[in-house]
Parts: sequence; C-alpha cells; structure tokens
Amino acid sequence: MSSHAHHPTVKTFVAVWIALLVLTAVTVYVATLDLGPLNPIVALTIATVKALLVLLFFMELRYSTALTKVGVTAAIFFLLILIWLTLSDYLTRGWSSYIHPFH
Amino acid sequence: MPDNQVATQDLKHHFADLEHQKATSTFGMWIFLITEIMFFGGAFAAYLVYRLYYFNAWVAGSQTMEIKLGAINTVVLICSSLTMVLSVHFAKLGKRKLTAICLLLTLLLGCTFLGVKAVEYHGHWMHHEVPGPNFHFEHEGNYDPHQVMIFFSLYFAMTGLHALHMIIGAGLLIWLLIFNARGRFTPEYNTPVEMVGLYWHFVDLVWIYLFPLLYLISHSHNG
Amino acid sequence: METISHTSQAKPNYLNADYGLKSWLLTTDHKRIGILYLISISVFFVLGGFFAMLIRLELLTPAGDLVLADTYNKLFTMHGVVMIFLFLLPAIPSVFGNFLVPMMVGAKDLAFPKLNLASWYIFMIGAGFIMYSVITGGLDTGWTFYTPYSTTYSNSNVVAAALGVFITGFSSIFTGLNIIVTVHRMRAPGLTWRRLPLFIWAHYATSVIMVLGTPVLAVTIVLVALERLFHFGIFDARYGGDPLLFQHLFWFYSHPAVYIMILPAMGVISECIACFSRKRVFGYDFVAMSSIAIAVLGFLVWAHHMYVAGISTYAALIFSLLTFFVAIPSAVKVFNWTATLYKGSITFETPMLYVFAFIGLFTIGGLTGVFLAAVGIDLHVTDTYFVVAHFHYVMVGGTVTAFLAALHFWWPKMTGKMYPENFSKASALLVFIGFNLTFFPQFLLGYLGMPRRYHAYPAEFQVLNVLSTAGASILAVGFLMPMIYLAWSLQYGKDAGDNPWHAAGLEWKTSSPPPTFNFDETPTVTWEAYNYDEIDAPGGPTHNKGVEVAG
Ligand SMILES: [Cu+2]
Repeated sequence: MSSHAHHPTVKTFVAVWIALLVLTAVTVYVATLDLGPLNPIVALTIATVKALLVLLFFMELRYSTALTKVGVTAAIFFLLILIWLTLSDYLTRGWSSYIHPFH
Repeated sequence: MPDNQVATQDLKHHFADLEHQKATSTFGMWIFLITEIMFFGGAFAAYLVYRLYYFNAWVAGSQTMEIKLGAINTVVLICSSLTMVLSVHFAKLGKRKLTAICLLLTLLLGCTFLGVKAVEYHGHWMHHEVPGPNFHFEHEGNYDPHQVMIFFSLYFAMTGLHALHMIIGAGLLIWLLIFNARGRFTPEYNTPVEMVGLYWHFVDLVWIYLFPLLYLISHSHNG
Repeated sequence: METISHTSQAKPNYLNADYGLKSWLLTTDHKRIGILYLISISVFFVLGGFFAMLIRLELLTPAGDLVLADTYNKLFTMHGVVMIFLFLLPAIPSVFGNFLVPMMVGAKDLAFPKLNLASWYIFMIGAGFIMYSVITGGLDTGWTFYTPYSTTYSNSNVVAAALGVFITGFSSIFTGLNIIVTVHRMRAPGLTWRRLPLFIWAHYATSVIMVLGTPVLAVTIVLVALERLFHFGIFDARYGGDPLLFQHLFWFYSHPAVYIMILPAMGVISECIACFSRKRVFGYDFVAMSSIAIAVLGFLVWAHHMYVAGISTYAALIFSLLTFFVAIPSAVKVFNWTATLYKGSITFETPMLYVFAFIGLFTIGGLTGVFLAAVGIDLHVTDTYFVVAHFHYVMVGGTVTAFLAALHFWWPKMTGKMYPENFSKASALLVFIGFNLTFFPQFLLGYLGMPRRYHAYPAEFQVLNVLSTAGASILAVGFLMPMIYLAWSLQYGKDAGDNPWHAAGLEWKTSSPPPTFNFDETPTVTWEAYNYDEIDAPGGPTHNKGVEVAG
C-alpha cells in the first residue's frame, strides 16, 4: 500500500505517549494551585492539547482524508451550537423581568 | 493460503478493491464517532449549564472526588491507548504474536480502569453520594445539597456511559483476540483492528475531558 | 421499448432471485430491506391511523363521551409516537432511500449491507418496545416526553416507550451513516456531485441531520430514564433541576427531525416534477444547496417550541429571527419547482397529482410555520389546534403526500407492475379533499382558541370539529385504496416495462424489477441529471411522453 510511507512509526507513538503522560502530570499539579478563574482555563487547554494528540496521531487524523477532517470539525461545530444557543437562554434569563426559576 | 486468495475472500462484492473497502470502512467508523461526539456532547452541555448556575455546589461536589484515583485511571487509559495503537501497527505488519500481546495488554489496562472506577463508585455508595432518595451530603461550604445531587447525577451518568463504552470496547478486544488467534488478520486485511482502535481512542478521548471537568477544575477553589 | 420489457420479465431479478421467508429475513440486498421497511411501516401507519380515528370520533361531539380523559391522553400520545417514530421518520429514507440511493449512484449496494439489515432489526426491536408500552396500558406523556410529567408523575409505561424510541434512533443513525458513506464512496464513474439527482442531495442532507441530531435525543432519553428509575433529579425542579433543559436537548433533535421527515419528501418532489414536466429542475444548484442549508439552519431554531415555556425573552427573539431564516431555503425549493413547470410539457399521472398536492399543502404548512415563528402570534396560538393543523399540513400534506408520490412513481420499478391509473387518480383526489377538510377547520379552531389535547370542548366549536371528522373519514378511504389496488397490481397489474415514465436517472436504466446487484455492468455517467431535452429530442430514446405506456 502506497500510503504506508506517511504513517507514523513506533517512535512517534511512544513520543506521543510520553507527551500525554507529562501533560497529565502537569494538569494534576496545576489543579493543586489556586489560580482562580485560570484553573478551568488551564485544565481545559491541556485537555484539548491531549485530545488533539490522540486525534491526530493515535487516531491518525493527521494522515486522513480532508473529508474525515471536515466531518470531525463539523461535529465539533454543531456541538458548540448546541452549547452556545442553549446558553443564550440560560445566561440571559436574568435580564428579563420574568421571575427567575433558579432564585 | 496465497495472499491473493485471502484478498478475494475478504473483499465484499460491491467494492472495487480492498483499498476502496478499507477506506470506506474507515470513513464509516469516523461517521459513527461523530455520532458519539454528539452523544456525549449532550451530557457535557447539561454539565456546563448546571456548573454555571450552581457553582458552589459544583465546587463542593468536585472536591470530594479522589484525584489520585482519577489520575491513576487517566494514566492507565493513556497506556492502553499506546498498546492499542501498537496492536494496530503490528497487525498491519502481519506480526500475529505481537498483535496478540498488545491487544491483551489493552484489555488488561481497560479492565484495570473499570476496577478502579468500581472502587470509586463503592466509595460514593458508602458516603451516600449516589443520587436518589438516600442521597446525603454534608461538607463545609455555602451551597444547597440538592444541587450537589445534580452534580453527582451528572457524574454518574457521564462516567457510567463512559464505563459502558469501555465494557463494549473490552468485548470488541476479546473478539479481535479470537480472530487474531485464528489468523484472520494479514498485512492486506486488518480493518477490524483499525476500527476497534479508533473506537478505543475515542473512549480515551472522552475521559481526557471528563477527568479535568469532574476532578480537577474546582479542586483548589476555596469559598 | 415493449420488446425489451417482455424479455426483462424472464430475467432474474431481486424478487425471484431466492424464495422463502429466510431469504427475506437474512437478506443484505438493499432493495429487499427497503421492502421489509415498506411492509413494517405500512402496518404502523394503519395502527397510528386507527388511534387517529378514535381521536376524531371522540371529538365529533363536545362532551367527552366516547373515551375517558386518561384514555384520550393515551390515544393522542400513541398516535404521535407511532406516526412519528415508526412511520414518518423512516418512511421515505428507509424505504425509498434504501431502495433507490444505491441505484441512483450506480452502485451494487449500500456501503455497509449488513449494517443496513441490522438497522431494520434494530428498528423492529425498538418498535417492539414501543408496542409493549402500548399493550401494557399505553403511554400518556405526549410524544414529546416532557419532564417532569414523564419522569415523576405519569403512571404509564414511560421507560419501555422511551427505550423503544432510543433503539429506533440507532436504526435511523445507521441508515444515515450508510447513505452518507454510499454517496461519498460508491458513486459510479462519471457521476460527479453536480450530476447527482436532487433525491440524493436531499437524502444526503437528511442523513447529516440523522447522524448529528439523533445521538443528542439518545442521551436525553438516557437521562430521562435514569431520572424516572433512580430519581436523579437532573430535570426535577424540586432538586434545582430544570425541566427546560430537557426541552432544549429534546428539541435540538426534534426540530431537525422535522427536516428528517420533509427533506426526503422534497427530494421525491424534485424527481417527479422534472419527469412529468419533461424538464431539468429549474435552478438545480440552488435546490441542491437549499437541502444542505436546511440541514444546517435546522439546528439553529429549536427553541421556537419553547416561547411560552419560560425561556428568556432575548433567547426567544434570537430563535424567532433564526426561524425566519430557515424558511428561505424551503421557499427557494417551492419557487424553483414552480419555475420548473413553466413551459414544461406537463402531464397528470398519479405521482404528478401528488406533487401538485404537495406544493400547495406544504406551502400552507410552511407559511403557517412562519406565523408560529413570530413570538407574538405564537403566544396567542401555542398549544391550540392552529399548531396541530400547521404540523399536519407539513407532515401529512408534505411527507405523506410525497411518500404516496414516491410509491406511485417507483412502484413499477420496485415490482415491475403497473397499478390501475383510474383508481390511483381517484384516491389521490380523495386524499387531497379529505386532507383539507380534516385539517383546514383546525386552523380556524386554533385561531378561535380551541386548545389541543382535550377530549371535550365548548359547543360552539362543534361545527368545525364535525367537518374535520368527516374529512378524516374521506382521508381514510383515500389512504386505504392504494393499499388495495397496489396489492391487486402485484398479481394482476400490467407489466410496467423498464421505464414507463421515460424518466431520467440511473434507476430507470436497469430492468424492472432490478437484478440483485442492480446493474449488469457498472454504468459510466456522461450526462447531466434530468437530461429530458436529450431524452425527448428527435432521435433520442423517445419522442413521446409516458402517457400511452402508462395507460
Ligand atoms: Cu420546530
């Protein structure tokens, strides 16, 4: 198969694995510090980097067709729509004169 | 059996060749994973809404989580992802024994994860942290214990669905081990190993987000 | 043409390739699976229609005299659940999508034939759970399963029904997955995206919705079941849970689900209108792209079902605006179909009659949808018969009408037989008259303030209700007639020939009924979609229109 040449080697896999372990250690350590609002931001950023490593190298998305990449992006896009438009209700309920269901 | 004969046996009638068949299966698997993103996504949306509304309860609930067990499980899953990716690699090279060893290691690590998760669930059970009529929660802080119950509801729903996916994955690994032992996988035909690999990594990926959201982000928050 | 059709009868085809129940239940042939779906959903359609009949009988008189209020709740719930999850959602994609998509793209089968068969079994298992709930006392939550009624208060068998909906959802997901992969990976040589029939574009867009939306419904149902079984509290206001969160997650799927029902119908209309006007669909690119636009925009409007439920005013305004936008691509389609008719050589075969019915009825259904998108009007008519009339104009006037168009258009291809045209035309007329008589009065009733989901009503609403019930009985006759004459045609119908309508499209280039692998040789496509000018040109495949062969 011609596509073999582009596939990652065992070396890449081990490197990604080590990176994932290091990032896990970092995120656990950061969780013990009180950074205020930065805690969730740092934790989720690290999680996203880890997720990208798994997606791109272990799941070989990096070597996949453009179509697959578009599909995954579309899923994330629609997930963000679900979250964003739902929050457009929850975060603006306090603005109106309606009686707030949560207070 | 000569290679070309194996190839004809594995090729379904409606595909032009094995390459076409494999690329099609891979694309189908990715579409399935897209549905999985949306499936877990619905639960993540619920989590986010309530975290914004009941921040104090979320901090209180999250601070009772055993970070150590969560971290151990994260490491276990990352290792299982490595062994999974290696079994795909060896299956492509046609190395049956190495494939079997890696698949077996993946299965063992998967079971370890489930074991640790069971220990955690047991702890929650003992502390009456399982949602329902017997739910009881008393820790310091300014929050409504009812709202902590919602935290635990989502915790159990999300980790439970994740664990269910792990159990299905373990079943798939056993199926692969049997097929591998029968010599069904060759350098030309190893699509099932690759498909299960994609699934397994996806389940790992969900945990990569569950771990910080449930265990980490409110850990050091005070008051 | 005649000689070809006679020889094709002797040819082995997908129907006579193998015999016996086993050969059907274990088939991986997409055409046979399509037939399995056709039989299953027909049964569910009759069952759902039976519930509808009881509803209309109860509403004949103002007093609640035929059934108890509780029973009535169960009747409209089971009517909704059966019709939506077991008929409308799979109707066109699982029957005609299954049957036609591989043929239209020039493939031997769908990409994953075994998954396709599995998806039928999954559907039947899910249907089994829903039937179990129906038999063991019924379900009374409404098809929407709103919390906290469904999770806390209802005494009916919610969990079994919810599980059934959850399971049929996976059938839908697998069908969608199969169609997407097939359209991407299995097209015949030369069949570029812009040469695809609009039926394929519509089914592709539908499948995208199935794949992206259905999982969210699935996880929502899991949460409802957990709440009902273990009192989790996620949607229970007593614990601070928000019932509106259920509605958000539910409608994130269930509004786009309306497009799962109507988009494939639009694909059918495009095929039929081109054939019976002998013209390429006007503005092919716009019609194709409007399907994709509907799929995408359809995900942005769900909270228009929740204006009065307590969402924030600001969110209501955003969703209202977005809902107006989603009307645009639907309107693009209607205008383009109408423009296709212009200067076409129109003939009035049965499928075309249904097409005309569709365009009129769907336009009314769609435009009243725009009324409902406006917050001010919606506040006035929410939960009245105006809403009931609106979605029946879309679902019955749209989807069921297109389903019947498809059935009459492709029946000769599926069975190789022709149905009696005079009967089919009469039944099309009955459906149109009966439908309008049933549902138009409901617009008036709703506007006058009659609420939905009550088994009794004030006496001043009786005249319109009697009209509606009378219409429903005409509609029932109109629906029963095709079942009879189509079954009759299997035995006694004339041989249809391979292409009785002289239609474009790859599915007409193979014999009727088609052979198991669809084409003796994989076709190579060198022409554009709907090349009716070439087909009808002197020296082309035919100079005449399809009338004399069909008659
Ligand atoms: Cu809607």
